[in-house]
Amino acid sequence: MSNEMSNNGMVITESATPLPAGVHLPIYMDNHATTPLDPRILEAMMPYFGPKFGNAASRNHSFGWEAEQAVDKAREQIAKLIGATSKEIIFTSGATESNNLALKGIAEMYRERGNHIITQVTEHKAILDTCKKLEKQGFRVTYLPVQADGLIDIEDLKRAMDDKTILVSIMYANNEIGVIQPIAEIGKLCHEKGVIFHSDAVQAVGKVPVNVIADNIDVLSLSGHKIYGPKGVGALYVRRRNPRVQISEQINGGGHERGMRSGTLNVPGIVGLGAACEICSQEMEAEGEREMELRDYLRAKFEKALDYIHVNGNMEHHLPGNLNMSFVHVEGESLLMGINDIAVSSGSACTSATLEPSYVLKALGLGDDVAHSSIRFGLGRFNTKAEVDYVSDKVIDVVSKLRELSPLYEMVKEGIDLTKIEWAAH
Amino acid sequence: MAYSDKVIDHYNNPRNVGQMDKASDEVGTGLVGAPECGDVMRLQIRVNPETQVIEDAKFKTFGCGSAIASSSLATEWVKGKTVAEALTITNTDIVKELALPPVKIHCSVLAEDAIRAAIGDWKKKNNVAEAATTAAAAH
Repeated sequence: MSNEMSNNGMVITESATPLPAGVHLPIYMDNHATTPLDPRILEAMMPYFGPKFGNAASRNHSFGWEAEQAVDKAREQIAKLIGATSKEIIFTSGATESNNLALKGIAEMYRERGNHIITQVTEHKAILDTCKKLEKQGFRVTYLPVQADGLIDIEDLKRAMDDKTILVSIMYANNEIGVIQPIAEIGKLCHEKGVIFHSDAVQAVGKVPVNVIADNIDVLSLSGHKIYGPKGVGALYVRRRNPRVQISEQINGGGHERGMRSGTLNVPGIVGLGAACEICSQEMEAEGEREMELRDYLRAKFEKALDYIHVNGNMEHHLPGNLNMSFVHVEGESLLMGINDIAVSSGSACTSATLEPSYVLKALGLGDDVAHSSIRFGLGRFNTKAEVDYVSDKVIDVVSKLRELSPLYEMVKEGIDLTKIEWAAH
Repeated sequence: MAYSDKVIDHYNNPRNVGQMDKASDEVGTGLVGAPECGDVMRLQIRVNPETQVIEDAKFKTFGCGSAIASSSLATEWVKGKTVAEALTITNTDIVKELALPPVKIHCSVLAEDAIRAAIGDWKKKNNVAEAATTAAAAH
């Protein structure tokens, strides 16, 4: 028996059996959308919301010096995590701004050299929408396809490059399917051709080793709230040597951040971003192993209990905490409704407000029906094995119930080929 | 997505889930929607050949909670009605009963289509003309 409580139209189903120790509902397992603030980071930030309120640009009193010092420290912490130098870090309001600044700033700066930009179809909307805007301004953009495993084909990239190509922007790790692109290889190719290489590394920084030198990255976007830091703060790495990259500023007013991004610095946010990077530098390796174990355990439980399921994306080149699974013949929204004491995503968080299937999953060649049946599990620093057990048991239970309800599952079990049926369009 | 209590109730306790013998002359089957649209409903009715009363109804639905609720409700409503009466059920009745938001209206349309398709299938099997059901309703 279950006892349902209706709360704002959301139903929380309490099972009669008590929750295992350490499990509190709802469970947050959507760490690609955002991450909870690490209490250590909050603690580091607190003084900068209080007595240490100075403007980092105030050069002639201690309040300003104190703020500047804090910003400098954060710059070092961020640079260290990605193998850069502190002078190469530009603070922004987040990765969307970083991506806009990178693409628009480079396009504007190098327009005389060429008007061609290469990106790929599974980028975040912050890249794709920016590219669309640049197309309207006369730039030519090539959107590389991805293979069935979510990775681009380097040969496609080689073929797409021409003498007008000024910029390649390829994300480090995908926010939906967690695949890690062959970044170092892409960067090497760009450097050989004298093309600037930007990477949106929001999902990768702090999760897997990222090194702008080894990875041949010229410009890189990162964000605070994906690594247990605050929202509203991010950074852009802009290479200063071999090659020196110039970026045309998009916000004017005071020439902060080496002229590339004006505006009074968000000191508490920056301190938080720095602390977040510091913790990742120390804990990333062990944490990555832990998350990967949990992820593999989650996957194994699903595969043991359910048929007609598959993972999306190359699992070899993959973020440790990501598992994107299709539960075929079950509709995604109904699945989420049944597991609404668990926070996960159907498609990406940015598209779940619409009824459109995820464009990333479609790019892999998944049919709309399978795309609709896919769930992204995003494991993070604060998820425990007990939570993974609860989540897997619950998902297995709901998928099984919905399949009892699914005419498609019944037909497939009876050996009917669904592709041979003439479905009535509606 | 906020769901109404009635949608949640049908989702948690769907009525009349199952299947009936498609080959039976007394059974009408409606299969509507398409997997790539995210909704497929199969609604079946068993009709008494003498009285044209729908004595039983079963459904299975692949779709969101609102689609499941719409088809579950449709089976409840058609049961005990004559074929002609069942044809008077419209999607707006379903929208009202389940308090469906605008983005979910298509679920109710699909449920109405499923009722009509099931009745259509039964009529075809039994060579029942439109006029016959209308006449039956008049009695």
